[in-house]
Amino acid sequence: MAEGKRLSWLEPRPGGLYCIPGDFYVDPVRKAERAIITHGHADHARPGNNHVLATHETIAIAEARYGSNAGRSFQRVRYGEVTRIGDVSVRLVSAGHVLGSAQVVLEHGGERIVVSGDYKRSRDPTCAPFEVVTCDAFITEATFGLPVFRHPSASAEVGRLLASVAAAPERCHLVGVYALGKAQRVIALLREAGYDDTIYLHGALQKLCALYQRLGVDLGDLAPVAGLPKQALTGRIVMCPPSSLADRWSQQMPDPVTAVASGWMRIRARARQRGAELPLIISDHADWDELTATIRDVEAGEIWVTHGREDALVHYARSLGLEARALSLVGREEDGDTETEMEEAGS
Amino acid sequence: MQAFAELLDRLSTAPGRNVRLDLIAAYLKSTPDPDRGYALASLAGDLKLRAARPSMIRELVADRTDPELFRLSYDYVGDLAETVSLLWPQDRSANATPHLSEIIGTLEAAKRGQVPDLVAGWLDRLDPTGRWALLKLLTGGLRVGVSGRLARTALTRLGDADLPAIEEVWHAVEPPYTALFDWLEGRAERPSLAEAMTFRPLMLAHPLEAEEQSRLDMADFRAEWKWDGIRVQLVLRGGQGRLFSRTGDDISAAFPDLMQTLAGDAVLDGELLVMRSDGIGSFNDLQQRLNRKTVSAKQQAAHPVGIRLYDILFDADRDCRALPFIDRRQVLTDWVARHASPRLDLSPLVPAVDWEQLAKVRADPPHPAIEGVMLKRADSPYHAGRPRGLWFKWKREPHRVDCVMMYAQRGHGRRSSLYSDFTFGAWRGDELVPVGKAYFGFTDAELKELDRFVRGNIVDRYGPVRAVEQSLVLEIAFDGVNRSRRHKSGVAMRFPRIARIRWDKPAAEADHVETIERLIT
Repeated sequence: MAEGKRLSWLEPRPGGLYCIPGDFYVDPVRKAERAIITHGHADHARPGNNHVLATHETIAIAEARYGSNAGRSFQRVRYGEVTRIGDVSVRLVSAGHVLGSAQVVLEHGGERIVVSGDYKRSRDPTCAPFEVVTCDAFITEATFGLPVFRHPSASAEVGRLLASVAAAPERCHLVGVYALGKAQRVIALLREAGYDDTIYLHGALQKLCALYQRLGVDLGDLAPVAGLPKQALTGRIVMCPPSSLADRWSQQMPDPVTAVASGWMRIRARARQRGAELPLIISDHADWDELTATIRDVEAGEIWVTHGREDALVHYARSLGLEARALSLVGREEDGDTETEMEEAGS
Repeated sequence: MQAFAELLDRLSTAPGRNVRLDLIAAYLKSTPDPDRGYALASLAGDLKLRAARPSMIRELVADRTDPELFRLSYDYVGDLAETVSLLWPQDRSANATPHLSEIIGTLEAAKRGQVPDLVAGWLDRLDPTGRWALLKLLTGGLRVGVSGRLARTALTRLGDADLPAIEEVWHAVEPPYTALFDWLEGRAERPSLAEAMTFRPLMLAHPLEAEEQSRLDMADFRAEWKWDGIRVQLVLRGGQGRLFSRTGDDISAAFPDLMQTLAGDAVLDGELLVMRSDGIGSFNDLQQRLNRKTVSAKQQAAHPVGIRLYDILFDADRDCRALPFIDRRQVLTDWVARHASPRLDLSPLVPAVDWEQLAKVRADPPHPAIEGVMLKRADSPYHAGRPRGLWFKWKREPHRVDCVMMYAQRGHGRRSSLYSDFTFGAWRGDELVPVGKAYFGFTDAELKELDRFVRGNIVDRYGPVRAVEQSLVLEIAFDGVNRSRRHKSGVAMRFPRIARIRWDKPAAEADHVETIERLIT
């Protein structure tokens, strides 16, 4: 496409990212007639849409969360399958974020726009890897869009957890993880590292772990915490949503080491705010190096940056000579790092 | 360095005092001299390195990173050492990490111009945690939740010495404290205090809480004025004198006018004040003399300082600290009588009959340099630290005004994701002018509400500063007002804090600058 020209058939509206020639929204923040959903996190998959197009897994996750409110009618697609909506061809390709997560590849009038949704490039045994699709305009997330965010290897971080478990057998390790994606990835990495013991789950994690297992992701032996005597958890690994670390529920744990698995743990102040004695830097979002590598890989002339720390990534893309701008999407707070946002976005 | 870095890293997220003590004690037991001594000095805040100013660190990182990305990162992280440690380009070929003692020894021997290259070389050899620890060490202020007292408490785990015994010798030993470790671990005698003109730990007071007040019998106490100067310890011996701040820093050099006039042999406790022939100066006066390494003859003449004494720890070689307060007071009175000087006087006792009468004089003290009253148990020994139930400070009620939030900025450290630093203004005509900044006074829950208010009401941005809709009234409490040329409003508050958030009050009903001006003393 010509230098300086801006693609104009996809635009941010109060209801979300709207595709004009297809008359649909991607990850709408308000109820939409027609929605394409990138993945199952609550700030992307919201209830109450009418027609929903998404991967089989994402729809299964939305149904598990919202029941009959997940949508009126569904179109379940596989990665790579092409659908036509109005004057637009639509294809979902893997984003590597959580099980079923997809980038939306839109083609119209000889132009291609890729809406990445949330994504990562690092390894995750619970979902398909990110696929690079070259395009004219690339819409990227920027949750960790600052060069201070460089995630270490997730396997090494899980190794630190296991070292702490071995060093403090008289304590219980309570790991705060987001219910969708992070919980299953950490469990799968523990299994890869040879940890075969039962892993105990807070009630809020059970449904999605069971769903992952039903969809073919092996998580080994899992059991609910509920009903167990305190002593039974000594020396064990227990997983719960981050919000449960500080509430009364956690008092039933025997002298817990509080661990939090999140990309925010890179910043000490965040780790302290979360009360993490053992911060584990494990994220399902691309870090700075992954974001910048992706911007180069997709070879797009235009980069749109959504939710997160847009400024630095826009600056970086411009320094490469690319057209770049921040998209302010309604429904996502200025910083995206408040407590609820962290819970929902699975950072 | 790696062991020290790991210690700091774990301390920075350790959940409580006991976990911190365990971590420090384990480090001290497993680390050889002299590294552990330097680490201890650093934890206790007693490691004096002249090396690295933040500006030097900024220059180093500026040579290696995009300035805009650095600015955005620093604004977000809110901590220079952490930002630089994460941004620094990793040299994956580096393997030998430097020892803590190697770093300190090299810095001491280095010429000023060599320091930046040395620091850069070490940063290249360390991992992100190591870089963070090194930068914390070099710039001072570790902020890992360890006080000097906690660090010294960890020393009690090394042998039989208790905390008071360790506190007593602490100011007579220097990093890397080999003599101290030798004593604690039973290899040598206690380090000698005899000849050293050593700072002795101070006795501190608790604020008087209202519920406590009802349980105290006034007859057990003596009252004094609480002077609005700075707390000092004066050590006189063999014709020499030293003046120490409340934290044990030797500040003698800044006060030659005072030190030249003194004679005697004693360790004295008192308040440094501007003392003129016509009376005591305000804190504003005293500030002209503070935080200076050298002082001109003109400053000495315009703002002569003296000490108002209120306690004595040693009279010559006699240790008075175990005596009851009233007996020490007698020793002090006699000492002052024997050493008459225009620069030293005795802080008078305030007659205290009952709470009602004392509350009355506290509310209306005879001098503006008085900020409240002190209550000391008549039988209290001079007990280093902040013992419960012996000394109380009962400050005057703060002034209060209603101001309007104008700007907000993210905090640092623990609060770096939250808008926690607020600039507030008062009315001048129909315009709000900034009159101060407050960072505290609110609870964690209130901070969340304030943060939410800021995020929802941003009207403009200036770098990290957010201008907000001028609608939220903050009740500001403060201890005094000075005239200021630096502020547009011409006033500067002392210790401003947010006393209440007035969600209910319209901004138009906030106070005017003139109200604040009237409080200038």
